[in-house]
Amino acid sequence: MGKKELKILCPNGHLGFSPTKEESFWIGAKTKPDYYCSDSGSDDIGPAPLGEDKCASLYVWQKHDLELMLLASREQNVPMIIGSAGDTGTNSRVDMYVQIIKDLAKEHNLPKFKLAYFYSEVDKEYLRNKMKKGIIIEGLDSRPSLTMEELESTKRIVAVAGVHPYIKALEMGADVIIGGRSSDVAIFAAPAIYEGFPENVSYYAGKVLECASFCAEPYGAKESVIGTITKDDVKVTAMAPWQRCTVASVAGHAMYERSNPYYEYFAGGMLDMSECVYEQYDEKTTRITNPKFVPVEGKIKVKLEGSAKVGEMYIGIAGIRDPYTIKHIDKVIELARENVRERFGEEGYQLHYRIYGKNGVMGDLEPVKEIKSHELCVIVQGIAPSAEMAEEVAMTGLRQIFYARLPEVKGTAGTAAFLVDEVLRATPAYRWSINHTVEVDDPLELFDVKLVEIGG
Amino acid sequence: MKTIKLIDLAKTIRSKNAGTDRITFDIIFDDKEKYELVKNSKVINKNFIADLYNIDIDRITDFVEFDPGYAIKFTINRLKPSGSPGEGDIFGCQQYPPLLDIEIPVYMPQH
Repeated sequence: MGKKELKILCPNGHLGFSPTKEESFWIGAKTKPDYYCSDSGSDDIGPAPLGEDKCASLYVWQKHDLELMLLASREQNVPMIIGSAGDTGTNSRVDMYVQIIKDLAKEHNLPKFKLAYFYSEVDKEYLRNKMKKGIIIEGLDSRPSLTMEELESTKRIVAVAGVHPYIKALEMGADVIIGGRSSDVAIFAAPAIYEGFPENVSYYAGKVLECASFCAEPYGAKESVIGTITKDDVKVTAMAPWQRCTVASVAGHAMYERSNPYYEYFAGGMLDMSECVYEQYDEKTTRITNPKFVPVEGKIKVKLEGSAKVGEMYIGIAGIRDPYTIKHIDKVIELARENVRERFGEEGYQLHYRIYGKNGVMGDLEPVKEIKSHELCVIVQGIAPSAEMAEEVAMTGLRQIFYARLPEVKGTAGTAAFLVDEVLRATPAYRWSINHTVEVDDPLELFDVKLVEIGG
Repeated sequence: MKTIKLIDLAKTIRSKNAGTDRITFDIIFDDKEKYELVKNSKVINKNFIADLYNIDIDRITDFVEFDPGYAIKFTINRLKPSGSPGEGDIFGCQQYPPLLDIEIPVYMPQH
C-alpha cells in the first residue's frame, strides 16, 4: 500500500443544486486533499427530470461548482470525481458535464489532463432480453418484480453504478472523472479502494462524506468537509469556521435519507454500521472505527431507476375566502369534478386537487381534520395524453370551482379568486416506474468507461 | 402526570425521502438523558405512529431506536412514489409536524 492516509474533500452534497460555499472550500483546498469528490444527482428530485432528460439544477450553478473543483484539483494535480452528472446521470447530462470541463479547460488555459467518463443509461432491450430468459428483475422497497408491461411503459432508465467504473477510470489514469448515475458512497469509496485502503473504511468514508456539511453542526448546507481515511479509521472534519463534526452530528447523519441507520446497500455489497464507534477526535473532527463491509453473495446486483410518462400536465390555482365555501370545500370540489366527468367521462385523464389550508401538504397522512384557516389555496392538476386535452381538463376543473354555487353562499359572482385567469403548462407528469435491481455477470457491463485528453 | 411535548425535548424532528417509495422520520436528541427519557417512556412505537398518521401498521417498514445517534427513527411506505401526479411532497420533508406535539410523560422525583 502506498499512502498511509488519504484525504478526500467533499464540497457539496448535490453539486450544482445550490452553489458551493467558497470560503470553506478554499480552507479545505489549502490542506491539499488527495481527491476532490462530489455527487451531483439524486432521486429526490422526482421522476420528471429523468423522464424529460433535463436538469433540476441551474447551469450557472453547476458550472460554478465544477469550476471550483477543477481549478483546485488541476492546480494541485490531484484527481477530481463527479458522480450522477447533472442531477439524473443520464447520457446527455454526462455529455453536458464533459463539455463544461472542456470549456473550463479552455477558459483557464489548463495544461493537458485526462478526462474519463461513463454513461449509465440502460437500453430497454437489454432488460427485455434478460426478462425473456426468465431472469427476475427484483423490486426494491416492497415493490413487486418488474413486469414486461411496466418496462414498456418506462421512458428512460439509469443504472446506479458502484465503485467499479470509477476504479477502472482511475486505473486508466484519469485526472477528472464524470460519472453517470452512481451510488453516492461509490464516488468516495472508489478512490480509497483504488489506493489500497480496506473496503470497510472506504465505504464508510463515502457514507459520511456524500452529503458534505450535512454531517456537521450547526446545520448549514454546501459547506466543505474533509474525510481522512487510514486502514483503521475514518476521521471527518468540518471546514467551515463555524461548523464542527461532532459525534452526534456524524452518527445522526448515518440515518439521514435511509430507512435504516445501520445498513447501506450498493452494487457489490453492504456497509454494516451497527457496531461503529464514534469519538470526538479534536474540536472539529469526529473519528469513526469498526464499520463492517459485507460483500454480496453471488452475482452483483445493480440498482435501476426508471421514469414513465403519465401525460401532459397543466396546473391551475384558485384562492377561496368565503367561510361557508371553505367549510364545504369538499362539496365544491365534487361539483367541479362532476363537470369534468360530464365532459370527459371517467377515464383517460387525471384530475387532482390539492387543498392548501386543509391537507394540501400531507394529504391522507394529515391528522388535523378540521379546517382552521380563513382562506384556502386549491391547486388543480389536469393530466391527459395530449396538451390540448390536459389544458381543458385543468381549465374545466379550475373554472368549475369559480362557478360552483352552494345555495347558502351570499357571494354569487364567483367562488374563487384567481391569481391568473389561465392554467399553466407544467413539465409533463411522470412516475417512478422502476426501483429494482438487475444481476450482472460483470459489474462493468452496464458502464463503459471512455478516456479523452483535454487542455494543453 | 406531568408531560412534556416532543418539540421541547428533541433537537431535530424531520422527515425525508428514503428512496422513491418511502419516507423516513428522525427524532434526534441532544443528549442521552432526553433520549432515554423518551425511549423509556415507550410512548413512540409502531402502533402509536400508525394511529397518529391513521395508516395501516404494515406501512411502517422500519422502527429503530438508534442509541449511537440518540435517535428514534421510523420509515413508512408511500402509497404512490414521490413526485407521482397528485402527490404533494416530492422530498417528503414536510410530513413530520404531527410528531411535534407528542406528549411524553415525565415522572417527577418524590420529595
